[in-house]
Amino acid sequence: MSALSFDQATIRLGRRDILSGASFSVREGEFVGMLGANGAGKTTLMRAALGLVPLAAGSIQVLGRPVARGNPAIGYMPQNRGAISALRLTGWDVVASAALGRRFGFARLDRAARREIDWALDEVGARDLARRSIGELSGGERQRVLLSQALLGRPRLLLLDEPLISLDPAHQKSVVEIARRICDDLKVAIVFSAHELNPLVNAIDRVLYLGGGAAVIGPVEEVVTAPVLSRLYGAEIEVVRVKDRYFVMAGDVEVEREAHRHDEAHGHAHDHDHDGAHA
Amino acid sequence: MLEYDFMRTAFAASGVAAVLAGTVGFFLVLRGQTFAGHALSHVGFTGATGALLFGLSPLAGLVGFTLVAGIGMGLFGEKLAERDVAIGMMLSLALGLGLLFLHFYTAAATQAAALLFGNVLGVDSSALLTLCVLAGASLLALAAIGRPLTFASIQPELAEARGVPMRFVSSAFLAIVAVAVAECAQIVGVLLVFTLMVGPAAAAMNLTRRLGPAVALSAALALAEAWGGLTLAYYTDWPASFWITALSGMVFFGAAARRFAG
Ligand SMILES: Nc1ncnc2c1ncn2[C@@H]1O[C@H](COP(=O)(O)OP(=O)(O)OP(=O)(O)O)[C@@H](O)[C@H]1O
Ligand SMILES: [Mg+2]
Repeated sequence: MSALSFDQATIRLGRRDILSGASFSVREGEFVGMLGANGAGKTTLMRAALGLVPLAAGSIQVLGRPVARGNPAIGYMPQNRGAISALRLTGWDVVASAALGRRFGFARLDRAARREIDWALDEVGARDLARRSIGELSGGERQRVLLSQALLGRPRLLLLDEPLISLDPAHQKSVVEIARRICDDLKVAIVFSAHELNPLVNAIDRVLYLGGGAAVIGPVEEVVTAPVLSRLYGAEIEVVRVKDRYFVMAGDVEVEREAHRHDEAHGHAHDHDHDGAHA
Repeated sequence: MLEYDFMRTAFAASGVAAVLAGTVGFFLVLRGQTFAGHALSHVGFTGATGALLFGLSPLAGLVGFTLVAGIGMGLFGEKLAERDVAIGMMLSLALGLGLLFLHFYTAAATQAAALLFGNVLGVDSSALLTLCVLAGASLLALAAIGRPLTFASIQPELAEARGVPMRFVSSAFLAIVAVAVAECAQIVGVLLVFTLMVGPAAAAMNLTRRLGPAVALSAALALAEAWGGLTLAYYTDWPASFWITALSGMVFFGAAARRFAG
């Protein structure tokens, strides 16, 4: 059984096919880096696995079952976290809000639930950070606190949407290391989307590349090659490898770096995540 | 001053409305929906003037209209940017209609002032009973949806993915807001609902970063402002609504200053 499998899946938003007849699967306990340009469909793919976006054709299975909204086996960290950086509540309260988030009636946080929250915070080393106001944390610190929230309920598949956005290289490294450790310790499969391959390249088991409605999964050295990427991008792509670093070039432009820059500017305009990142 | 029956009723009525407003207002601020609360109060004005015109109780008109409008807004959807414009349009439309109703209603001037700026001393014992029952029911309902509401307010995208019924939560919450607005309007009038619903909640958020204590503090501040305002009104003979807004403003700006001072 695989943690996540797409079978001839087509996702149509408006008139565009974001994914057309894509098939791939993520194994249990595997750490997969998901890459693709802006608008390639990374967020959409995760939302489809969560049952938030309907399929036009094909099927998706999560741990051997058809998708269902609110599946407790999936832990999710959304990409759009802008509003939260304006919040003054403590990280602990923010994380805890998810713990009983689905319970109507007069639900109380009992001791077991509190212990579970502390456990999740310890997993990412954010127990002390969580005492502070979530809005005061730096981008990297906040990311760690929110990552712990995705661990509540001990999911078997984690969908992390761009945890590295607007982090400097040192913080990127620590977030990737934490994800790797969570993957090993908790035997949970992780799909980790990103704009750049290099911060992930030593940590991930396989890479999932999206582009032009297609998806290709495999070991980095098999997927990140000129022929495969040229097909996905629909343009002539060159891949230059220097030791463990990959440079994906379209003509003179380094594709991924451009995409990332674009997104940083985006982050600036819409939230203040960025401010703390270099602090 | 408590030897007078009307003062005791006024204290009870403003106390009940303030606790409800402070509690509900906290979530209104947390969700960034204060504008929706403001608009609901204007819709309430239409309901109340309409009720007067047709010889019904203004409180019934107030509650009925705000409830329908609140539930409608909740069902309308989650897209805030578009919603603000729609809410603003609804607000103007409601005020215009209310004005038309007043135009046809002969004893307009005093009633209009009472609706717009409140008349806490005019609350009678049957109205007090209604206020208590509505407030009790609203607080119970709020407690019942409290967890999903908090989650959906802080992290809407995650809450949606985890299966929180967003439309339901949002409509149920705005229905509760509608009742709170109607109660507040009885005390401080439709134009000043902000003062009890938003002021204390925003101040509480500046004073503490824990969720539970912030809710409690918001309710306590609203209560203190309402009772303080009433007391000052009794001794100065100035309008209670004025004193309540003055206290609310002082607390809000004081809390903001404290936060920015360190
Ligand atoms: N509701 C929608 N209706 C129509 N098109 C949509 C909708 N939501 C997203 N899209 C489009 O789907 C495409 C994929 O979007 P998605 O957010 O999944 O990309 P992404 O790979 O996550 O991009 P980024 O790197 O910028 O986060 C984009 O072209 C976007 O414009
Ligand atoms: Mg995305």
